Amino acid sequence: MTQEPPVPPSEAQTAVAAEVEQSHPALRALRERHADAILSTHAFRGDATAIVKREALLDVCRTLRDDPELAFDFLSDVTAVDYIGRVPRFEVVYHLYSIAKNHRVRIKVPLEEGDPKLPSVVSLWRGADWLERETWDMYGIRFEGHPELKRIYLYEEFEGHPLRKDYPKEKRQPLIGPGAVRHDPGNDDLGI
Amino acid sequence: MADQEQTGAPRATNGGEADNLDLAFEPMELKVGPSHPATHGTVRIQLKLDGERVVWSEVEVGYLHRGFEKECESGLYYQAFPYTDRLNYVSPMINNVGYALACEKLFGVEVPPRGQYLRTIASEVSRMSDHFTCLGACALELGAFTAFLYAVEAREHLWDIHDEMCGARVTCNYVRIGGMSADVGPEFAAFVGEKLGKVAQLQKDFEDLLLANPIFRERMEGTGLLGKDELIAIGVSGPLLRAAGVPYDVRRAQPYLVYDRIDWDVPVGEAGDNMDRFLVRIEELKQSARIIRQCVDQLPGGPVDINDPHVRLAGKGHVYNKMEELIAQFKLVTEGPKPPVGEVYFAVEGGNGELGFYLVSDGSGAPYKCRARSPSFSNTQALSRMIEGAMLADVIPTFDMINMIGGECDR
Repeated sequence: MTQEPPVPPSEAQTAVAAEVEQSHPALRALRERHADAILSTHAFRGDATAIVKREALLDVCRTLRDDPELAFDFLSDVTAVDYIGRVPRFEVVYHLYSIAKNHRVRIKVPLEEGDPKLPSVVSLWRGADWLERETWDMYGIRFEGHPELKRIYLYEEFEGHPLRKDYPKEKRQPLIGPGAVRHDPGNDDLGI
Repeated sequence: MADQEQTGAPRATNGGEADNLDLAFEPMELKVGPSHPATHGTVRIQLKLDGERVVWSEVEVGYLHRGFEKECESGLYYQAFPYTDRLNYVSPMINNVGYALACEKLFGVEVPPRGQYLRTIASEVSRMSDHFTCLGACALELGAFTAFLYAVEAREHLWDIHDEMCGARVTCNYVRIGGMSADVGPEFAAFVGEKLGKVAQLQKDFEDLLLANPIFRERMEGTGLLGKDELIAIGVSGPLLRAAGVPYDVRRAQPYLVYDRIDWDVPVGEAGDNMDRFLVRIEELKQSARIIRQCVDQLPGGPVDINDPHVRLAGKGHVYNKMEELIAQFKLVTEGPKPPVGEVYFAVEGGNGELGFYLVSDGSGAPYKCRARSPSFSNTQALSRMIEGAMLADVIPTFDMINMIGGECDR
């Protein structure tokens, strides 16, 4: 079956993206003050996005939070994306919002497959605590400096990180706990 | 006993003699949940108590984790709608609408005005049912069973409006990318007016039962306090944050649908205690009803769906009788509409705060990543801070006002 090409963005949409990328206060400030920390920026559909080096994440976030012109006091979300087969494989994604200035920005940090760790931002936004634990749980990405990085949705004995693209959706997990009976596919007698 | 200290610190007294006998105390451990009558959600709260005072707590979530994101990634964009119903299952329409708006931002389309008005009505009806559930359950858990029944009856009337719109009461699956599953009939305005009248009467009875009740007030006033700076740092949004005096409401800050064309107010509290959280929700119920009435009055004619064969199905009448539309329907159902490569984040105001969807597209018909930023998750994170140092009895109203919805928190 032939793949239909996706709908191309209209000229107006492209123009909006270019305009936001040029004039968004967060992207402008980052380009001026953290030029060597920024790998690239874009503003697809008007969402200002900066891709930041891992080493500079804390500095960049501190600027975003503490600069009175930016004032990103509200950490909406932390998550990751697994671009399996691509180098670098992972991206950790932060969505920030400023209640005072009413603007948003997205910060992304690319991470290599063999070294999926980056500094925790819990010291800047307390709310990162559970969000980083969830990202660890689901993607196996380590946040260094997190006060207690442990699984949040799943149990400690869970094997693997289920939102990684190489984790099959139907995969089963071994039973745990007292009374757990390990299922042996070759033996119908479960020994219950 | 004259020199006995009134500090509440662990201290043993041996009758009337001088209290030089300081026995060491171990804090009592109490585990509330994961299934407990006083938690209207599946959550486990571990407490360490000194007498009746909470000295340490840990909140454990995840008992309702169903792999929302993994399921969404393994289906097409339009197939995620039933899952979004089950995020916050007491305000399903808001999730529907939020996900659809995120998809439409990704596709670069916008529904016609009638669709936008209907989505606004659907969102506000859901918000009212969410608030009634929260307030009613709070009353119930503080011993006011009667008030709970009034709230549930009001919620029934609101779900009748859901029913009138889409034929389902709770798991609506009403909104589509680029439109809605159905339009409303000509008698809709009268129906909504009648139902809102009944809801308003029930709400008045509900308020009369509770707001003058000294037991209720004493358990709500001054409990669960947390400063607004700390709330913001934890990422708390919605009625909890507005009760602390921060007027952040996505509908007002970054208007979507028709919220900028409607006359309504954002109620805020002062103290930020449980009573303020309760009153903010009471007032938001009235504001939601006000929004619905205006939307019903202004409801324009015209289609509810966009006319774009790449995104939205043509109507059944076309599909049965025309070749092109039949092919388009076949392609849309089997392969799904295909957005451009890119990523979007779109936030709406959910029943409990900022509900955001983050979608990553690789150009295929299935979302590469579909993330829900759920307000309950961030709000529940603040529970430990609110109850540490408080009395055990305060845990219940505080947890009620956080209104943790398991499906949304655990995804």
